[in-house]
Amino acid sequence: MAAIYIDGKAYEVTPGKNLLETCLTLGFNLPYFCWHPAMGSVGACRQCAIKLFKDEQDTNGRLVMSCMESVRDNMYLSVNDPIAKAFRSQVIEWLMTNHPHDCAVCDEGGSCHLQDMTVMTGHTYRRFQYKKRTYKNQYLGPFINHEMNRCIQCYRCVRFYKDYAGGKDLDVFAAHDHVYFGRAQDGILENEFSGNLAEVCPTGVFTDKTLKEHYTRKWDMTMAPSICQHCSLGCNIIAGERYGELRQITNRFNGEVNGYFICDRGRFGYEFVNSINRIQQPLIRSKIPDATDKQSLYNHLTETLSNNKVIGIGSPRASLESNFALMQLVGKENFYQGISENEAQLMRTVLSTVNSGHIHTPTLKETESADAVLILGEDLTNSAPRLALALRQAVQKKPFENAQQINIPSWHDAALREFAQQEKGALFIAYPTQTKLDEIASDSRYISPDDIARLGFAIANYLNNTAPALGDMDDDTLTLARHIADILKKAERPLIICGTSLCSEAILKAASNIAFALGTEDKKASLCFVVPECNSMGLAMMQAPSLNRAAEVLKKGEADTVIIVENDLYRRGAKKDIDSFFNHCKQLIVLDHLHNDTTNQANVLIPVGTFAEADGTIVNNEGRAQCFFQVFMPKNENLRESWRWLDEFRQFKNGVSREDLTTPDDLMAEMVELMPQFKGAETVAPPADFRIAGQKIPREPHRYSGRTAMLANINVSEPKPPEDPDSALSYTMEGYKGMPPAPLIPFYWAPGWNSVQSLNKYQAEVGGPLHGGDPGKRLFPENAVTENAFLNNISPAFKPSPGEWLLVPLPHIFGSEELSIYTPGIAQRSPRPYIAINKHDAANLNISENDIMQMQIKDQYYYDLPAKINDELPNGLAGIPFNIPGLGGIDWPATGILTKAAI
Amino acid sequence: MISILRTIGLTFLHMFRKRETIQYPEEKVVLHPRWRGRIVLTRDPDMGERCVGCYLCAAACPVDCISLQATEDENGRRYPEFFRINFSRCIFCGYCEEACPTYAIQLIPDFEMAEYDRQNLVYEKEDLLINSEGKYPGYNYYKVAGLAAGIKAKGEGDNEEPPVDIHSLLP
Repeated sequence: MAAIYIDGKAYEVTPGKNLLETCLTLGFNLPYFCWHPAMGSVGACRQCAIKLFKDEQDTNGRLVMSCMESVRDNMYLSVNDPIAKAFRSQVIEWLMTNHPHDCAVCDEGGSCHLQDMTVMTGHTYRRFQYKKRTYKNQYLGPFINHEMNRCIQCYRCVRFYKDYAGGKDLDVFAAHDHVYFGRAQDGILENEFSGNLAEVCPTGVFTDKTLKEHYTRKWDMTMAPSICQHCSLGCNIIAGERYGELRQITNRFNGEVNGYFICDRGRFGYEFVNSINRIQQPLIRSKIPDATDKQSLYNHLTETLSNNKVIGIGSPRASLESNFALMQLVGKENFYQGISENEAQLMRTVLSTVNSGHIHTPTLKETESADAVLILGEDLTNSAPRLALALRQAVQKKPFENAQQINIPSWHDAALREFAQQEKGALFIAYPTQTKLDEIASDSRYISPDDIARLGFAIANYLNNTAPALGDMDDDTLTLARHIADILKKAERPLIICGTSLCSEAILKAASNIAFALGTEDKKASLCFVVPECNSMGLAMMQAPSLNRAAEVLKKGEADTVIIVENDLYRRGAKKDIDSFFNHCKQLIVLDHLHNDTTNQANVLIPVGTFAEADGTIVNNEGRAQCFFQVFMPKNENLRESWRWLDEFRQFKNGVSREDLTTPDDLMAEMVELMPQFKGAETVAPPADFRIAGQKIPREPHRYSGRTAMLANINVSEPKPPEDPDSALSYTMEGYKGMPPAPLIPFYWAPGWNSVQSLNKYQAEVGGPLHGGDPGKRLFPENAVTENAFLNNISPAFKPSPGEWLLVPLPHIFGSEELSIYTPGIAQRSPRPYIAINKHDAANLNISENDIMQMQIKDQYYYDLPAKINDELPNGLAGIPFNIPGLGGIDWPATGILTKAAI
Repeated sequence: MISILRTIGLTFLHMFRKRETIQYPEEKVVLHPRWRGRIVLTRDPDMGERCVGCYLCAAACPVDCISLQATEDENGRRYPEFFRINFSRCIFCGYCEEACPTYAIQLIPDFEMAEYDRQNLVYEKEDLLINSEGKYPGYNYYKVAGLAAGIKAKGEGDNEEPPVDIHSLLP
């Protein structure tokens, strides 16, 4: 610890940090623009000036930029020195000479860092009499709005977009006071993390275009801590609502998971909540009219549930509570995972590996500091985007660490990049086709899933010769395997990443073997699994049989009524199989929030709340249980959590009386009791009766407006605000105003800090964990629980078979996910259906780009798809975009026959 | 005793003073231009809606009786999709007028708003919008804001340079 003296007062601080973050950690309100806790300092904006003194006697001192000064022992400085204060306010005044008079029509207003800093420095009156500079704007695509006049040239946008996220198409142009931040020409921002520009930009140059469609100020939103539902990483988000409509998603800091950034699918994929395709009323399709009320629904269900043999189908996109409530309703032996047998088998392999205790499951934060990475069979930018962003930091870790040898501090961004130049840490990728991460990879191989697994087994065997060996290995692969193995062995923090997206169990086992072989007694190797959906891990931990087993039970007539929770089965298997599944059930009860092919088959359809209208717990890919909280109480009282409906249905079936129905806390307690593997999940968030100073945590900021007018058109007498019996949050602006516990932070605000930058007040140390620790509870055992045993699943090397192609599912960040596709911008960015084949295969079939090809999957449907010629894809493989609209209903893994379509 | 007689005397003398009570409604009250009464939404000199839906009036309102939703036309000009004031809650403090950056919302010298039914005191945009510039004639927010929203192109507003040519490196 170092002792520093600020304005004559002594503080104990961590050495090595810069003075700006230290002052912010200590609670000083020091203005800044260009520094960002995740991106370090460049000293560009000259805003964070403070006075630094030579020693105790020095009274003159000198102005320094606090972000460019390392903390040393015995430093004397002054934040409130009149000269430093005057300097800071002059800098703001300069910036404001060209800043337009736009706040009223600017989407940043009310959560604007520039506004906050201007007020903080005391600049209130414009003295500059001359004209303001103007710029023309650009069209930047469906997500980001551009208003260049507002720019204050802090360079944060290009530093984030180019240096941090690896984007290519945003840059700085022109010179002197004409610098321009934009693209070379109008067009869609290509990077998958462009949405973060809206948060990174301290003013309103880059703003959220989807918010603009239904614009609401930050202070007017009802917000709640939530978890992103669009991939398995479980990024923390804040969701905001106004007038019964979800309006905005922003990042919620979790130091161990997403940190400061989320991907565009997570940020903009929320509009399904407001979709006109939502199910609004319970439907009983045998009655006329089919829309019904709660009472007749109950009467109908009493009959159906008590007289029939009922099975339940869970879902990897429903919360633990919903899946468990279904399990309780139908009984453990009648509960099935709503995923195909193949996927269930993959998840079992993943679980047995993580539960063995011989590997370390890294947090997302930990993956950022890996020094050698091996990716086996995942296109991370498309299947787990935030992890790809983390890896972009990981490859810079090693060069940046080397910079410490010449005493460049870790926060000194410009110097570090100058030092590192193009040097990158080790990253190896094996995937059937090119991925976006190839550009930062040391080596990437385009090989078939079987060959990826074989490469993995070869690496494991080289690391530890007791691991199963390949009989026939060509020299090329062997050399590569040895090279990768050597680098992994040498690395201090090696990381293996694999996942389920190629539907290959062999890859998972090969990756596990590498991790087993790398790990030692005291240091386990990190192995990160990417799984298909937001609660895939939680569902797998419930250890229920798969959908295929449920189909068998139906076929045998052992059950005739099926309850499906939040699951579109047509995305889970071949259309033919799912059709026959539905034909075998007498009564189909579906609970979901959007109409889809499965809900069309339902005899009884029950509307449920989305993540914004429900409380729940989900488990992410690292086994971290995290809670999302209801954002608002929907006007439509039919929209209730699945678990609340299912829990109520118990009274029609198992003789449970109404009084015994549960709150989510009870439900979780019951679940942990029945399934001890979830132990800890009940402690993720404070219980519903948690109070601070006798008060709940308000979901609305203290300046929430329009309470006595927003519903006055319906009735001038205001209704009582809705109550929330399920959590410690309230739906009002009244409540505890101080620091909420980390899992319950509904929004970031601190006096004088209205923008997201107020986050630094919520952290124990700037850039570090939140007060009281980062939220979420990891459920996997840390200690070894089984014998370390290598897995064997070596398949022969892949050989293209004539006339038949192995189809590989290619995930797409925009399009492959079921719910986010309802956002028009995401649908716009989603690829049209295509089939990717190698140029040799294309030549053999006499196919050129965009020719229509016919694909027939064994005794399934025909698909006519335009061809995309791909140089990297190995011969005998064909890539199909995974589950994009129009290409569902394929049972993966699949093989197909390709022919040129007759026109 | 003396004080009682003095009071009676003073009261008696008041009978010869000028009357303060007026015979409302036959006789109208004289209201000064800055009198804070009924709230209206005014228009630009070009008769476009002045309100840009910035929500500042709603935020300033101490009784939270203003609610609105901003939306945009095809030129990017902001206007309120709906604008509602619940006058049964309004305390006519004038904070909304003070907060308004575009002079759109103004309090005018009119208080004759009594209703038998409280529901009728909920005013929508159609009830609030008048065909006048109100107290601040000639002001058009979009002329002084940097944004191009169909009123003027970039760089044509008051006190604005023409847009920067980013291909030029000349000083």
